[in-house]
Amino acid sequence: MRRSRFPFIVTGLVLVFFYLPILILVVDSFNSSRFGGAWRGFSLKWYARLFHEPAVWESARNTLFIALLVTFVSLVLGTTSALALHRFSTSRLQRFHYTLVYTPLVVPEILMGISLLMAFVAAGIRLGILTIILAHVTFCVSYVALTVLGRLQDFDFTIVEAARDLGASSWVAARRVLLPMLAPGLAAAGLIAFTLSVDDFVITFFVAGPGATTLPIRVYSMIKHGATPLINALSTLLLALTFTTVLISQRLSASGALKSRTPE
Amino acid sequence: MHDRCRRPEAGSLVITRLRRRMAEILLTLPSFFWLALFFLVPTGLVFILAFRPADPFGGIGRGWTLATIRALSDPQYLAIAWRTLWVSFTATAICMLLAIPTGYAVARAAPRRRNLLLMLVIVPFWTSFLIRVFAWKSILHPEGIIKKALVFSGLVDANASLLYHLGAVILVTVYTFLPFAILPIYAAAEKFDYRLIEAARDLGARPFAAFRKVFLPGVRQGLVTAVLVVFIPALGSYVIPDIVGGTGSELLGNKIAQRVFVDRNLPLAGGLSIVLILAVLAPLLAVLALQRKAGQAVPRDGEGTP
Repeated sequence: MRRSRFPFIVTGLVLVFFYLPILILVVDSFNSSRFGGAWRGFSLKWYARLFHEPAVWESARNTLFIALLVTFVSLVLGTTSALALHRFSTSRLQRFHYTLVYTPLVVPEILMGISLLMAFVAAGIRLGILTIILAHVTFCVSYVALTVLGRLQDFDFTIVEAARDLGASSWVAARRVLLPMLAPGLAAAGLIAFTLSVDDFVITFFVAGPGATTLPIRVYSMIKHGATPLINALSTLLLALTFTTVLISQRLSASGALKSRTPE
Repeated sequence: MHDRCRRPEAGSLVITRLRRRMAEILLTLPSFFWLALFFLVPTGLVFILAFRPADPFGGIGRGWTLATIRALSDPQYLAIAWRTLWVSFTATAICMLLAIPTGYAVARAAPRRRNLLLMLVIVPFWTSFLIRVFAWKSILHPEGIIKKALVFSGLVDANASLLYHLGAVILVTVYTFLPFAILPIYAAAEKFDYRLIEAARDLGARPFAAFRKVFLPGVRQGLVTAVLVVFIPALGSYVIPDIVGGTGSELLGNKIAQRVFVDRNLPLAGGLSIVLILAVLAPLLAVLALQRKAGQAVPRDGEGTP
């Protein structure tokens, strides 16, 4: 039967729509003209200038520090959460637990930002790096928990039972059998948490207070104050980082899929 | 004799159950406690603190007041709430029109091509949200490439602005949320049994009728998810109108941010958030109600599938 070409044409246009703005931005970052309208020759001067912006690098350091800590804490909280949701799925407590884990995903960011800000102000906690970390963990836990839960649902638990039958304590079985086999899933979840933390602007902006600056907050103030070519250069660097991350995560999920397939 | 045999067994059963319960509580407690403290309590707090007076230093004062509620009845907020709904609705509709054919095409592509297409759809999903919004600001800019191309082709007057109005806000909203809409539709379209469409065609349905009456109901779950993942974040949109919109295209999110960062009136920001929460809850509850209705119909639907 002849298939309509229409969906494929739309897909092509959608992909052009997705990538054209990004492409223009990358090309412009090498344009010596201040405005993107006309090509005035290839230049790396915006990158050179970017390296002389200490504020950018300081915020990048903050972002990295926050993201690493957030990834670690949310991996611990999210994995225990996924294990509980998976193993005790029939209990009433877990049904409530699941709702609690799921709801932050459907709440618009700005609501989470304003409610956390009000809570921190009401509790008298000084806004800064600490409040940013607390806020980031709060939205990362849900993503980690649901990612790990997805992996657990494909997981063959008879292997853990076999280890227990062979005399391993439940702690040893968890540490030496469950954890290594779950590693690709944990890595994928960690990558998601890391990316979300590095990328978050809205919630961070609300809970950061005047002192603490992360990279997205710095980018935002650069956008507001019109440092266009510098943002082009910074964005290109971040895009290169993103593409690498996506490639790694695709590899991880591919190897994860391979592993779950091998026992069959 | 019989009794003595059973007793230790029953005792160990109780112990096993207790240990199981303990394990459950130990595993549940960390995330449960964290989310209760940093998600549930703050959300509840918004409803309470909206009835507190603002203090002049940007904090929350003592005592109780209805000042926030009175401020909310200002007609400007009604107009902005309406505009927020309208922008979110339009952006969602455009996203769906583009996401349905795309999700279908990706699901039906040959396996190798499908992985490439899927990857291309996922990459924007990982790309910094601010950067994607900014990319549009610079190409819609008066000195930007699109403006020049449009003026050159005579489609747009040289003085017309492509930025700072509602159209730009909708365009960029579609751009940022479209990948989120494609993925759930693709996931549903991949599982769909396309022999059903062939059967409908054999029975005389025109291609579009087969698509509308067989394919769309078949991927309903994906469509519902796609609508929610665009519509709900769009309602809370703040960065997009802030960067590419003008004063005439402010949404609820902008008003909340202004109350926080400009006049430092936290209780009023809280009151506006309550309006937003209600706007978010309405579509969610509607979907839940619809699914409950559909859930009752499941046994009948399920008969056909093996």
